[in-house]
Amino acid sequence: MFRRNNEKSSVTTPATAEVRKTALNSIHRQLGAKMVNFGGWDMPLEYSGILAEHEAVRTRAGLFDVSHMGEIEIRGPGALGLVQLVTCNNAANLAVGQAHYSGLMTSRGTFVDDLLVHKISDTHYLLCVNAGNQDHDFEHIVEHNKFDAKAENAGPRYSQLAIQGPRAKDILQRLTPAPLDSIHYYHFSFGKVSGIDCLIARTGYTGEDGFEIYFAPEHSERLWSDLMHAGQPAGMIPCGLGARNTLRLEAGMCLYGHEIDDTTTPWEAGLGWICKMEKAPFLGSDVLALQKKDGLTRKLIGFEMLDKRIGRDGYPVLINGQEAGRVTSGGPAPFLKKNIGMAYVPPKSTAVGTDISIGIRGQSEAARIVALPFYKRPQ
Amino acid sequence: MYPKDYRYTKEHEWVKVDGSNGTIGITDYAQHELGDVVFVEMPKVGTQLKPRQSFGTIESVKAVSEIFSPVSGEVTETNPALADSPELINKDPHAAAWLIKVKLADPKEAAGLMDAAAYEAYIAAQAKEHSA
Repeated sequence: MFRRNNEKSSVTTPATAEVRKTALNSIHRQLGAKMVNFGGWDMPLEYSGILAEHEAVRTRAGLFDVSHMGEIEIRGPGALGLVQLVTCNNAANLAVGQAHYSGLMTSRGTFVDDLLVHKISDTHYLLCVNAGNQDHDFEHIVEHNKFDAKAENAGPRYSQLAIQGPRAKDILQRLTPAPLDSIHYYHFSFGKVSGIDCLIARTGYTGEDGFEIYFAPEHSERLWSDLMHAGQPAGMIPCGLGARNTLRLEAGMCLYGHEIDDTTTPWEAGLGWICKMEKAPFLGSDVLALQKKDGLTRKLIGFEMLDKRIGRDGYPVLINGQEAGRVTSGGPAPFLKKNIGMAYVPPKSTAVGTDISIGIRGQSEAARIVALPFYKRPQ
Repeated sequence: MYPKDYRYTKEHEWVKVDGSNGTIGITDYAQHELGDVVFVEMPKVGTQLKPRQSFGTIESVKAVSEIFSPVSGEVTETNPALADSPELINKDPHAAAWLIKVKLADPKEAAGLMDAAAYEAYIAAQAKEHSA
């Protein structure tokens, strides 16, 4: 089954550098979570099992500790200018209390990271970034800060919980006077949850309705336990990063280091909708304009396997017997009961319905290009 | 937890010897490490196995792992229940979710593997290393 130093095995021990812990680490261990090193953080991979957790989020609700996510705050009269320079979406379109998905760009038009930008006021933005990229993102932003603005690496001041699923709103509403119905998708407001000051955002990374709440880390254990008590009768269970990954993959969402990195552009990743050329110049906008004019050499597609084998991260994509790209993320889609994945292929081979193959342990396995996202929640 | 009459490998397979017949599966430790199993790929009946030879794969949600034979022999049967219910491996790895049966080349060969007490000590040491 497992051999030492076998990279296919899931038993490899990653403990190397100093591992960071969220304020809920001991709770996860008490709950018997299987822990994993993710982006330098000791995080719960699963509690009751990825399939059960995935199903809970699609049909009821799940609670995730996502305190490893990084927060960067930009304040000052030049805050918008700085955000506009380093990200590709148009933050000038945000209203106070609104958030959007965006990319932190290199001067080559590729991704330093992907992130959520929250407009707290005309002079104050909260960026939520990936755990493993936080310090690098912060340095990158500071490096380009020629504005009357101050950037703060605020990760240590925040814990973050995600309550996701069709029952998330009702569960959270039991603990807060904030009228959650009036917080629309990709909007947020400040309010108390269990008497604790929170930023309550209607955002998520699962493809379901839900909320992500940001608050001071010292309240983490109490908020977790109050949310669990409120949610358990409605079938909410704690969920780990394993289910977070299968949920986001099923919803066709990109993961940094897989679909996007500092070699991929928004056009290639199918993220043209967050790349607003009308606000140019921003970092990489000249390169992105050229690429748009000259055309792409590869484009992200979704595929499903036609047989039972699973095309996983890194496996080759074969078109007419030739390697045409690599799987960026691949695995079971538990709710759809299919095996799915995303991959980069040449633009001429991206049509939905195109037959491709995935190279799995030396054999060519049939797959078909399908539309993204794989899963869309019922409205 | 670990049946006393089975023998165990460092790669977390078990073999139960019954005369010249052997039954092979993976251990509870292995199923726990894998997480939810979603697909099992089995060898053909008649396949000749040597010790530590890969004879199939188990796909969990997270990863794919090879399964290695604890002993020499010929595959005589594969567990038909696992095609439709791979999750049996998580529920009952030491009994209902056996993987293959083999005609043993040498019924004494398995005696060289760990017994239940040695295996339990082995995984306890691994767990300690894991959390260190």
